[in-house]
Amino acid sequence: MSNLVDARGLSCPQPVMMTLNSIKKAKKGDIVILVDTDTARENVSRAAGSQGWKVVEVQPEGEGYRITVRKDG
Amino acid sequence: MVGLDCSDDAGVYRLTDEIALIQTLDFFTPIVDDPYDFGQIAAANALSDVYAMGGKPLTAMNIVCFPINDMDKSVLRSIIEGGLDIIRQAGAVLVGGHSVEDPELKYGLSVTGVVRPDQLLTNAGAKPGDCLILTKPLGTGIVATALKAGELGEEPTRRVTALMATLNKDAAETMVDFAVNACTDITGFGLLGHCLEMARASQVGIKLYAEKVPVIPEAKLFASIGLVPAGSYTNQKYFLKHLEIAGTVDPLLIDIFSDPQSSGGLLISLPGSMAASLVEKLKEKGIPAANIIGEVVEKKPGTIEVG
Repeated sequence: MSNLVDARGLSCPQPVMMTLNSIKKAKKGDIVILVDTDTARENVSRAAGSQGWKVVEVQPEGEGYRITVRKDG
Repeated sequence: MVGLDCSDDAGVYRLTDEIALIQTLDFFTPIVDDPYDFGQIAAANALSDVYAMGGKPLTAMNIVCFPINDMDKSVLRSIIEGGLDIIRQAGAVLVGGHSVEDPELKYGLSVTGVVRPDQLLTNAGAKPGDCLILTKPLGTGIVATALKAGELGEEPTRRVTALMATLNKDAAETMVDFAVNACTDITGFGLLGHCLEMARASQVGIKLYAEKVPVIPEAKLFASIGLVPAGSYTNQKYFLKHLEIAGTVDPLLIDIFSDPQSSGGLLISLPGSMAASLVEKLKEKGIPAANIIGEVVEKKPGTIEVG
């Protein structure tokens, strides 16, 4: 089961803060983050990377993107 | 003398052979939490355009958008006090203003200044052989994003607030004793955007020394964890095709060089032989970040090389 962070409609830096919070809670596994701007896509990917999580998939979805990040335990 | 077609900092109108009028305005939404600090920053930012043209500000008028039904009037009073303090520091006079009701708070100034027409500085005079000097460190947009995210500590918040509230007055007064060829201030388009405007207006190429550019120490870390404002990405998208970036340059620096600045420093272009002594004078005047950050070259006009 993966965690879902819906950051659509939110502006920077909120998507990043939500992603970092979710990463802190989950510690490992998959997290799916929904965003609707290119800025949020880039910033969320960086935020995950900076915590040692890998961006495994970025899928266009609706008006935005579905980003899957993963950390293996 | 300077109008809409030159993407310069302000409009300039010649009154007589001795006096030209400089007119500019700027206002924006809060970037810090304290209303007094915000007033100071917005005023310093608006006055900066006059300094960037080599001029002296004379009068200012408040521009206010305020949610009068949802916010205490004392907030507005603090903002205007902050602005007024900076207007006084600039040696200018507040002569009026206008306010409208708006759900989103905004504040700034319309500023009128003067300059001798033969001493007017634009972004169009840079010459091959010039060196470029920057007077304030970059990264205020990224750091303001970190502040919004609650990630910026007290000490850096105070330090960066003071940096943004600092007028470009001392820098401008120091540079007028030198044979400066061109000047602009770094604001919404970031260092790279304003360099590009200078390169185009002056029909020259610009070479930046990435490691010499002064940067707010925290900016790199915040950029690496994704606290980059949308404006930085928009800027990069717009001017990437005019850039040549050496492989050795840290990509995070390119984010910082594209970061929209609030009340950024002056970018001064003057003959290379005088650059070191201007930097020395700027440091003496209490502008510690001043540094030579690049040079103006003949080849590839309208482009920037970052190395």
